[in-house]
Amino acid sequence: MAIQRKSNIHIMDGNQAAAIAARLSRVQVVAAYPITPQTPLTEQLSLFVESGELKAEYVAVESEHSALAVCTSASIVGARAFTATSAHGLAYMHEMLHWAAGARLPIVLACVNRAIGAPWNVLNDQQDSIAQRDTGWIQIYCRNNQEILDTVIQAFRIAEQVYVPVMVCYDGYILSHTEMPVDIPDQADVDKYLPPYKPHTTLDPANPKNYNLVTLADPRVGVEGKLCHGYMELRYLLQEALQNSRETILDAGQEFNKIFGRDYARMFWEDRNEDAEITIVAMGSLAMEAIVAADMLREEGIKVGVLGLRVFRPFPKADVVRVLRKSKLIVVFDKNISYGSEGATCSEIKSALYGTYINASIRNFIVGLGGRDVKARELADATRKAIASLKETVINPDYPEWICQI
Amino acid sequence: MYPITAVNVPCVNTPFASTGASATGLVAGLKALGRKGITVLAFAGDGGTYDIGIQSLSGAAERQMDFIYVCYDNEGYMNTGNQRSGSTPLGAVSGTTPVLGKQQYQKDMTAIMEAHGLPYVATCSASFPLDLYEKVKKARTIEGTRFIHIQTPCPPGWLFPFSDTIKIGELAVETGLVVLYEIEDGIFRLTSMSESVASKGTQLRPVREYFNHQGRFKTITEEQIDELQEWVTTRWKHFLHRATHA
Repeated sequence: MAIQRKSNIHIMDGNQAAAIAARLSRVQVVAAYPITPQTPLTEQLSLFVESGELKAEYVAVESEHSALAVCTSASIVGARAFTATSAHGLAYMHEMLHWAAGARLPIVLACVNRAIGAPWNVLNDQQDSIAQRDTGWIQIYCRNNQEILDTVIQAFRIAEQVYVPVMVCYDGYILSHTEMPVDIPDQADVDKYLPPYKPHTTLDPANPKNYNLVTLADPRVGVEGKLCHGYMELRYLLQEALQNSRETILDAGQEFNKIFGRDYARMFWEDRNEDAEITIVAMGSLAMEAIVAADMLREEGIKVGVLGLRVFRPFPKADVVRVLRKSKLIVVFDKNISYGSEGATCSEIKSALYGTYINASIRNFIVGLGGRDVKARELADATRKAIASLKETVINPDYPEWICQI
Repeated sequence: MYPITAVNVPCVNTPFASTGASATGLVAGLKALGRKGITVLAFAGDGGTYDIGIQSLSGAAERQMDFIYVCYDNEGYMNTGNQRSGSTPLGAVSGTTPVLGKQQYQKDMTAIMEAHGLPYVATCSASFPLDLYEKVKKARTIEGTRFIHIQTPCPPGWLFPFSDTIKIGELAVETGLVVLYEIEDGIFRLTSMSESVASKGTQLRPVREYFNHQGRFKTITEEQIDELQEWVTTRWKHFLHRATHA
């Protein structure tokens, strides 16, 4: 049955899309600290609250560490909590990121991806969120402003089902400050999609419970004589929750499609992979640029497909293997670098392929750090170089190539 | 320790630096949900208040968040085995001032909190429990950020016998090193022992008596004792002036 709905398209930048999504999600507590390029999102949310368009508590905190501490406590008492930050702000939240995930609190955080100093740089790359990949948060990356709006709404549904916080990542300036057409869903439809948040533990004076006590390594017997988890069992449960969240993420995407007519039942985006011998892998807005590069290469008769990573945590190993089964060469572009090793998404791809029958060559390129412009032509050139490297030593395959002027 | 707790009220343990912000989140969350009639109380030590947590406490106080903040001050990082904090007094030996003793004065945290324009700030001592009880009871009836400081003698950290705990706390007040007062809507009032010393016009005991009873002051110099005596005398005069010109 075809979906009959009226579109409500407006031109807006990524920060506006995120703010509208938070409003449509009926967030109850927002705590944020301004940082470029996240600031307009923060301002827009405070405007929604002050003008009465959003019934929520807006807490203008004095730091990002406090922003997430406020969201953590608000989530504990049962309020839907939202925050947003970038770069140094996310780094400053590091302790609280662990805390929120460890306490299994379904907070949603918009990370407007930006480079981290030193030296100072306010422009885009993905080093900030990649550096937080081991904090126990689900990470979803967006390619355009429609995806930002849709993903924030889905993020609450996912987080509140698996009790794991979700980081919605989008590229600073490239998306945050660039206007695009975005279809704004009806509030009634969002309400249908997103039921009210139910905390896993209720903080209630009539039934006192203590949260986040000192927990020993081994299980201990409680007052009721029952054996309770030790620290390690609690960590296992967080890992299990992320491992199993794939189904919830896909279901959230499928249900979203049913109501809003946009299909997100996928862990990543695919373009012409059916007959591809070469696959380009990229994440965030770069995945859109990769499609243009693939177009150029296809015109030359090179069979190129694109795998646009969407969910980075949990990393969809099995799904990636299914898509890459015909690839002879995988070219991974990273807007981050794990110093002394390689780009983070490249490591994930290699890890996913280990032990499978796929024996594709993998080449990694580091691009776009600190806002360095990445053109589709450069991605196509890099892919041609990767192809050439299969026959002659034009690059060292042990380490990533950098598309910069050194 | 999980899964057993002695705390019979709903309690949230938070990271060190975040006490003020975590209390803010509880207040904001309860307000957003329309849950009324619940008092939020934040409890942190001197390290978590004077040092690592001052930013989040100051932010919350500036926003006039509606909670009571209690600083349980034992003048050092006692949980990690007695290291110097912003509240460790001049001359005190600690794990990180092991030979010379601390060379700086205590930070006046209550004055800092008063400067935030709070509706209620008070100083207390664990040796004067009725005064403490009255102040917490009063704080509960007031709206906004309320700050209560409690000086709490620590036998193993300050190096004195456990049986002297109450006596040491009393001596701190009798010597004027700790002054018991409250400031309600800007009105300053001495309370308890400090109030009775002031109203009877009796003299404070010499600070030397307080130092003599504690091993942590074993290396304090005569000059430092004189300096501290002068500091206490001047500060006491200032408090007497405030109390009579309220």
